[in-house]
Amino acid sequence: MLTGRALKFGDNISTDHIIPGRLAHLRSNLPELAKHVMEDADPDFASRVTPGDFIVGGSNFGLGSSREHAPLVIKISGVSAILAKSVARIFFRNAINLGLPVLICDTDKINDEDKLEVDLVAGTVNDITNGNRLTFSEIPEVMLHILDEGGLIPYIQKHGDFKL
Amino acid sequence: MGKTLAEKILSQKSGSDARAGSIVVAEVALVFAQDTTGPLTVTQFQASGFQNLANPNKTALFLDHAAPSPNYRLSSEHILLRQFAQQTGCLIFDIGDGICHQLVAESLAKPGDVVIGADSHTVTAGGLGAFATGMGSSDVAVAFGLGKTWFRVPESIKVVVSGNFVEGVYAKDLILHLIGNIGANGATYRALEFSGDTVDRMSMSQRFTIANMAVEAGAKAGLFPADNITKDYLISQGRGNHYQPVFPDADATYEQIININVAELEPTVSKPNTVDNIALAGELKGTKIQQVFIGTCTNGRLEDLAVAANILKGKKRHPDTRLIVAPASRQVLLAAIEAGYIQSLIEAEAVILPPGCGACLGLHQGVLGDGESCLSTANRNFKGRMGNPQASIYLGSPATAAATAITGEITDPREVI
Repeated sequence: MLTGRALKFGDNISTDHIIPGRLAHLRSNLPELAKHVMEDADPDFASRVTPGDFIVGGSNFGLGSSREHAPLVIKISGVSAILAKSVARIFFRNAINLGLPVLICDTDKINDEDKLEVDLVAGTVNDITNGNRLTFSEIPEVMLHILDEGGLIPYIQKHGDFKL
Repeated sequence: MGKTLAEKILSQKSGSDARAGSIVVAEVALVFAQDTTGPLTVTQFQASGFQNLANPNKTALFLDHAAPSPNYRLSSEHILLRQFAQQTGCLIFDIGDGICHQLVAESLAKPGDVVIGADSHTVTAGGLGAFATGMGSSDVAVAFGLGKTWFRVPESIKVVVSGNFVEGVYAKDLILHLIGNIGANGATYRALEFSGDTVDRMSMSQRFTIANMAVEAGAKAGLFPADNITKDYLISQGRGNHYQPVFPDADATYEQIININVAELEPTVSKPNTVDNIALAGELKGTKIQQVFIGTCTNGRLEDLAVAANILKGKKRHPDTRLIVAPASRQVLLAAIEAGYIQSLIEAEAVILPPGCGACLGLHQGVLGDGESCLSTANRNFKGRMGNPQASIYLGSPATAAATAITGEITDPREVI
């Protein structure tokens, strides 16, 4: 069970909002890069986020670049999961590969700063602030196995190959 | 029951009966990363415990996004990638060679291949009839080591394109029109498969433009059949032996069929800050533009430079509008010199960049100032994309870009040709 605060964003949050290409020179310095997380969507995000918070997006979250640094800086910021109405496919796969859960649910019912309880096993999001209970879509089994191992690299370290 | 292009290619490369929705592990014919995703790929490759590449001659690194490097940190990343190539024996393409997707199209990808790259526009090779898709550094690192990856076989949307383009309207207008209509989320997790009489006559350059932007509708792949035009292209690249015909089955099952008559299209532009936010170029007359950028993996090929040069020949850029041109590869640049296009562009006061990604992603070579607007032939206009969240980006065809450079405001190219 994950418990934390919702930090709400709108539709079409791109990988350039999350971590723009102009900061590519900082990719070799992840702590420095992570200070800019979500900067072009919310310049105060890095100071606002606390460990355990959830990023709550609208539709098509994470569209754009294949840069894995986008979910990586979100993970480094301490965010425990991303909730969105829909997620761009490369971002979805990248986040799971880093062990960062991405949950597809109707986020319209969640407001900024709401307190949420996420049950990854039951597949439910409980909005404690407004009493709404949401269910999120099933994650493909192969991705659940990768998530269970903490990401693709630990999965490969353990299994040495894809075990489907 | 028949198969889509996606199902056919993934069936062949996985050795299984791949159907939409199933999960398969497929051999990759080419796996690559570029200079902004490559360093993390190397880190993840090493963290996975791999010592050697599964197939060094099917693994490639491209130094194209920061080319030449604008600062010492990125120069250090380039050193790391060159060393990795030296140690592992993978292919490496250095600064000035060109954009990864153009080089993959010119010399590496084959019809029927599965290609993955740590760059979202890897979909470009779909123009050759390859199942090509972008992934992140971890997935690519594992494919470096294993020579394969897993896929969820996508449902396909069939896009049937018919009719003849009217003057001033191009493949770029078609794909912007399509994305505007289905939305930036309209093909998420799906393959877009193109067919129809217009496709049967369409040049490879235009097919690459369309396949390149499939990801801007969320698609996993943008696929074209591999036909005689593909064959002629491969022969012209000195690799006719790489050709094999690839077509979908006539009785394949599609999730949706979209019909487009290109004769009805007009020059189309994406407005800030999403690609699906389209308008007709003519409707945006009066929108002042400070920079025009012609190039990228979307529209930096010889055909694109020809269109722009023919419009700009004997004319000059508007005094308030900078004009920047980046050929997609060395081969394109040399051919454009040979054909006189570069001469025409320079005489029109264009700045010619080295082959590479140029100003597209905001690293260097044309970063926008506060409050400025750019008309670009690239594929993305997200906030901050060209290096400044206080700037605005419009997307259009090379013809619209050239016309806009002349007038200083967004212009339907038919007004100047």
